[in-house]
Amino acid sequence: MTSTTEGAPTRGWKLPPMGVLGPILALIALIVLGAAMNPSFLAYANITNVLARSAFIGIIAVGMTFVITAGGLDLSVGSMAAFIAGLMILVMNAALPTLGVGVPIILLGMAVALVAGLLAGLLNGFLITTLGIEAFIVTLGTMGIYRSLVTWLADGGTLSLDFGLRTFYRPVYFDGILGVSWPIIVFALVVIAGEVLMGRMRFGRHCAATGSNEQVAHYSNVDVNRTRLATYAMLGVLVGVATIMYVPRLGSASASTGVLWELEAIAAVIIGGTVLKGGFGRVWGTVIGVLILSLIDNILNLTDLVSPYLNGAIQGVIIILAVILQRESRAKD
Amino acid sequence: MSYLRTFLAGATALTVATGAFAQDTTVIGVSIPAATHGWAGGMNYHAQEAIDRLEEVYPELDFVLSTASDPGAQVNDIEDMVATRNISALVVLPFESEPLTAPVQSVADSGVWVTVVDRGLSQEGIEDLYVAGDNPGFGRVSGEYMAEMMPDGGNIVVLRGIPTAIDNERVEGFQEAIEGSGIEIIGMEHGNWNRDDSFNVMQDFLSRHDQIDAVWASDDDMAVGVLAAIEASGRDDIQFVLGGAGMKEMVQRVMDGDTMIPADVTYPPSMIATAIEMTAVGLTSSAPVSGTFTIGSVLITPENAEQYYFPDSPF
Repeated sequence: MTSTTEGAPTRGWKLPPMGVLGPILALIALIVLGAAMNPSFLAYANITNVLARSAFIGIIAVGMTFVITAGGLDLSVGSMAAFIAGLMILVMNAALPTLGVGVPIILLGMAVALVAGLLAGLLNGFLITTLGIEAFIVTLGTMGIYRSLVTWLADGGTLSLDFGLRTFYRPVYFDGILGVSWPIIVFALVVIAGEVLMGRMRFGRHCAATGSNEQVAHYSNVDVNRTRLATYAMLGVLVGVATIMYVPRLGSASASTGVLWELEAIAAVIIGGTVLKGGFGRVWGTVIGVLILSLIDNILNLTDLVSPYLNGAIQGVIIILAVILQRESRAKD
Repeated sequence: MSYLRTFLAGATALTVATGAFAQDTTVIGVSIPAATHGWAGGMNYHAQEAIDRLEEVYPELDFVLSTASDPGAQVNDIEDMVATRNISALVVLPFESEPLTAPVQSVADSGVWVTVVDRGLSQEGIEDLYVAGDNPGFGRVSGEYMAEMMPDGGNIVVLRGIPTAIDNERVEGFQEAIEGSGIEIIGMEHGNWNRDDSFNVMQDFLSRHDQIDAVWASDDDMAVGVLAAIEASGRDDIQFVLGGAGMKEMVQRVMDGDTMIPADVTYPPSMIATAIEMTAVGLTSSAPVSGTFTIGSVLITPENAEQYYFPDSPF
């Protein structure tokens, strides 16, 4: 299971193998392709758009990298984001008469999102570690639960943030510092923190050890269950963070919010070189995976080359190619 | 499939056997997709409302409503209705045409009155009554409005729904209506009837084209995403956005005279209420209701917006 990762490419910085170069090359190829096809591709506005819209999946995918590295999986993040968004909107609308439009109510909404994310993550983690149920089944279950809950909260329709409140909250998605919008800044901070946690801290090594071989990790004095629980809790909090960035954009949540986010996040993690079976994870790779997925959509929208019916097929081909590129290089190692 | 037939044959036999005991009340089964998006949410609301109302009007009628989250579940619902509730009529809005055709045919063959709503079955002549939405008409009304609003022509972008027959019919109707009007479609992508997808697509359209005169969002949910993208870009070349379906927030904006949303085109989720009502009339009176009833798509303007505004509906 771990033989492919033992010669993990992170140490040999002198001659980066294809496992490292693959995703980067794919990303560069996409950027060159996009720039060649449409001059507005490299314009400031387009780059900001793509990075900002990548932030939701990106922030979630960083958390997913830890979960997968520790040998787990979380299918519930998309529905969880929709549910948290719905909850956040309900609480903020309800608090509006007492708190009024202002910073406190935004902070309240943010606190609700983070706490709800933490609790949802802990619930997943508890069911998986303490009760020992398969992660796939637990998170498939919670995926359905959160999706139904948001549909129920919205009465089948759409939950919308009060208009005045939305106008006040809106800059959290659209404004920023020095022309860099908030979602991009938050995404960058999450990535840096994730990279440090994964590469330089004990927690990252514990995740890899747990995902690599649970028994060995256990005998090496790694608290396997606690590590796993922590990865799910962390992912839950990051889903909360992503939702905080998501709500100000359209100010609404419905049953169709966050559909398939979980698969996009998982795909980004795998494209980035993290091993689906666990044992090895790369946070910076995940970022490249997220950018590759967003850029494909962006380029297809900016050009008329392919019938829009085929967008999904193009995405599929690029995802598989990106992974094959790494697989082949690993086989050679 | 043969398993299904056997089951349905059994269910039919049961219906015949128990039919004699259920003389006093007549049961109408209503099977619809669950409220997974705005339009379906509105449809669920109107179905429930029609049932509540009709149960008071007709004490001799009993209704059983079930909502399904996929075609398979809908087939199960219908089987259960026939087997356990001995329904005399079935009002069904098929999740998808193909998978529901055979099961609904079996129900019809057992002598139950069948009303099909919105999406037709893939074989003709099964249903007794077909209450249909007018998708080509929806596109045509939208296109005619665009042509009228832009007499000198112009550049527009189009957001399409999920790739389906419904979406194709609408877009074809739209293209026919704007033919020769000087309106040019400079970009057309799928926004999947989803706010977030349409937001992304519209952002990319704005990056790609320096001059966009108007947007056919073709759906009110997509119009929300389109408006947010335009607002964020700060561009003022877009004169208006035309959505569709009749979401209450959008109807409200039409009513308020919002220049970005000057009109809307209906594709009313309340057509389920029409179907339930007509079925009830057919079962309780001698008025004939069989045939096809097409619900036209109507242009909502500030003048008539009030009659299409349902503040209590979730959609």
